[in-house]
Amino acid sequence: MVLQTIWFFLWGLLWALFFMTDGFDFGVGTLYPFLGKSDQDKRIMINSLGPLWDGNEVWLITAGGVTFAAFPTVYAVMFSSLYSALMLILFALILRGVSFEFRGKVDDPRWRKIWDTCIFIGSFLPALLFGVAFANIFKGLPIDHNGIYHGTLFTLLNPYGLLGGVLFVMLFLVHGALWLAIKTQGDLHHRAASVANKLWPVLLGVAVIFLIASKFSTRLYDNYLAHPAFFIVILITVFALFGIKYFMVKETFFKAWFASALTIVGATFYGVIGLYPDMFPSTIDSQFSLTAHNASSSPLTLKIMLIVVIIFIPVVIGYQVWAYTLFKGKVTKEDLAYEEAY
Amino acid sequence: MDVVLLSRLQFAAATMFHFLFVPFTLGLSILVAYMETRYVKTGDETYLRMTKFWGKLFLINFALGVVTGITLEFQFGTNWSRYSAYVGDVFGSLLAIEATVAFSLESILLGVWIFGWKKLSKKAHAGVMWLVAFGSTLSAVWILIANAWMQSPVGFAIRDGRAELVDFAAILFQNHAIFKFLHTVSAAYVLSAFFVMGVSAYHLLKKQNVDFFARSFKIALGFGTIFSFIVVITGDINGVIVAEKQPTKLAAMESLWDTTTRAPVYLFALPDEDNEKNKIEIGALPGMLSFLVHHDINAEVRGLKEFPKDERPPVLITSFAFKGMVGLGFYFIFATVLGWWKRNRLVDSSKYLKLMLLSIPLPYVACELGWIVSEVGRQPWIVYGLMKTSDAVSPVATSQVLTTLIAFIMVYGLLGVTGFYLIAKNAKKGPEPAVN
Repeated sequence: MVLQTIWFFLWGLLWALFFMTDGFDFGVGTLYPFLGKSDQDKRIMINSLGPLWDGNEVWLITAGGVTFAAFPTVYAVMFSSLYSALMLILFALILRGVSFEFRGKVDDPRWRKIWDTCIFIGSFLPALLFGVAFANIFKGLPIDHNGIYHGTLFTLLNPYGLLGGVLFVMLFLVHGALWLAIKTQGDLHHRAASVANKLWPVLLGVAVIFLIASKFSTRLYDNYLAHPAFFIVILITVFALFGIKYFMVKETFFKAWFASALTIVGATFYGVIGLYPDMFPSTIDSQFSLTAHNASSSPLTLKIMLIVVIIFIPVVIGYQVWAYTLFKGKVTKEDLAYEEAY
Repeated sequence: MDVVLLSRLQFAAATMFHFLFVPFTLGLSILVAYMETRYVKTGDETYLRMTKFWGKLFLINFALGVVTGITLEFQFGTNWSRYSAYVGDVFGSLLAIEATVAFSLESILLGVWIFGWKKLSKKAHAGVMWLVAFGSTLSAVWILIANAWMQSPVGFAIRDGRAELVDFAAILFQNHAIFKFLHTVSAAYVLSAFFVMGVSAYHLLKKQNVDFFARSFKIALGFGTIFSFIVVITGDINGVIVAEKQPTKLAAMESLWDTTTRAPVYLFALPDEDNEKNKIEIGALPGMLSFLVHHDINAEVRGLKEFPKDERPPVLITSFAFKGMVGLGFYFIFATVLGWWKRNRLVDSSKYLKLMLLSIPLPYVACELGWIVSEVGRQPWIVYGLMKTSDAVSPVATSQVLTTLIAFIMVYGLLGVTGFYLIAKNAKKGPEPAVN
């Protein structure tokens, strides 16, 4: 059915938007203890995310909500199967969110230290675990005919799953480092740019290994071989990945960041296209796999939700773009003197 | 303990903790937007200082509200997967619309409000806060429509072994949804008003920033009085709706065992669930319950014994929570009406100020009790009359749920203590001194 297919790709798009936007927040938070040498550096780093991170996280809620609305069976089976991993992500996100708000509220180095640690954990852990979770979805999980998961948290920590985790971490680190290169100046700017430069070959290496490993661990390429036109998505993604390097060398960091955003969206769609129509493949028997066709909502719900997203997703993107343009430019020492700053 | 009980405890912990912050966000966003608008219109710097001072408390609270809300969006999947699969076609869309239409608005624009003081014109900046307030109230609309559907499922048909949507409008516009929204949001506004009045009372007692806090107090007093009345009126209407749609809940609320005409309201009753009677009954008002729910003192009200034992909610918890909530509701009217009497000599009314300071936690208690009535009173159903809570739980290991329950209690406990410590610290500190 066409509606289900549209929804499948919308579902992919919302996750891609989440990774693209909150991805640099995760990257900055993970780089935070390493690049933030002084308290001022640290404050500049979190204030570069200040007005935006909460809006970025909205895409997670939207992606989760849309999974529930359009594919309730997937929502039910996926989140109960990935129970421990998802709970870890949620706790990490809780810590990250309050840390931004709490950190500057008490003037005591020990107090700040606590929230510094939470910012790092709250950024690194979701980056890693989202990668692990999605790689395992690509690969398939032991799901029986009742949608019951026969595994544990450790089932997810297989080599391919971990490779997915490392890939996500690398993508977000580069994305975050480029964001900092755009938003900061002086020494911090140089360190961020240098980190992005150093991490890029690592990202490239991990990406190549992931593309090869996917051949052996997943059936993602079946769709590509059946419809070779889809290889264009992989091509664009690789192109964007090299675009990051190209613009980094030219020191046009906004363009490099944009290329990085495109890389993340491309990487998500690489998996989503390969997965179609599966949404949660079973490794016990492909008959038990949850697909866009057997796990979706009724046509009426899909139609109502389609109208809602067609109207409101552009609206949300609209005011998000407005927020981004309003807060463009570098975060400076003067911005930190601002009483509402983090 | 089994997965059902642990999952219920976990969901109760997560939602009740979340709801410590939600009402404050709902109400204070409006008060802050109002203060900022007054500043834009009059140019009076005191209103700007009010906006900043109450805004700061608002933001600490908001952060906790947001992060604890995110988990809830996923907990239906993690812990209630059978429920999610069975009713997701109806229920999921309501949550998804909340995220797309409402939550996005408040989250994105709040960032703009916090950091945008110098980037936007005064008017636009105040406008952003109104949009944040609108977004959070809109958020409540959708969440409460979803909850109302769990109380009184409408607009669906059972097909292919699940509940499928057939009439969206019936779900959106049923009385249960409308009055649940009005009641809950009014309660939230009362909570924020009492918070502002209580903190103002603290400073007025110390005679600090008298003008600033007397004005803050009066703004909150007006707001709080109106909604103290509305919360009781809508509560009464909700009682009528519950009597019609959820007779077991109503009977549990009033600990009414036998079906009877001229059904009484007891000022106090101690139910004895094993023997299906009340151990103690004090202050019976004959015919009162019949009158309240059917507007006729001789009308018949169905008692708990009319329903099988395994379809009755826990009577003790439901009835105590209900009586506590109602008592507090009337207290809020009393306290705000008293405030009108005292409003022009607040500084000299130290007893009243002390009362209002001590009243800060009461609306919090009332809100939580309200949710206990609503959710415990719905048991053993997760969707009234359609699906039992025990059939709704995920096929996950007890150990996983127990571990996360402990983690929730610890993490939320620490966050709650830290959050309220920061709110109290900043509330006590008072506003920044006036520039000139």
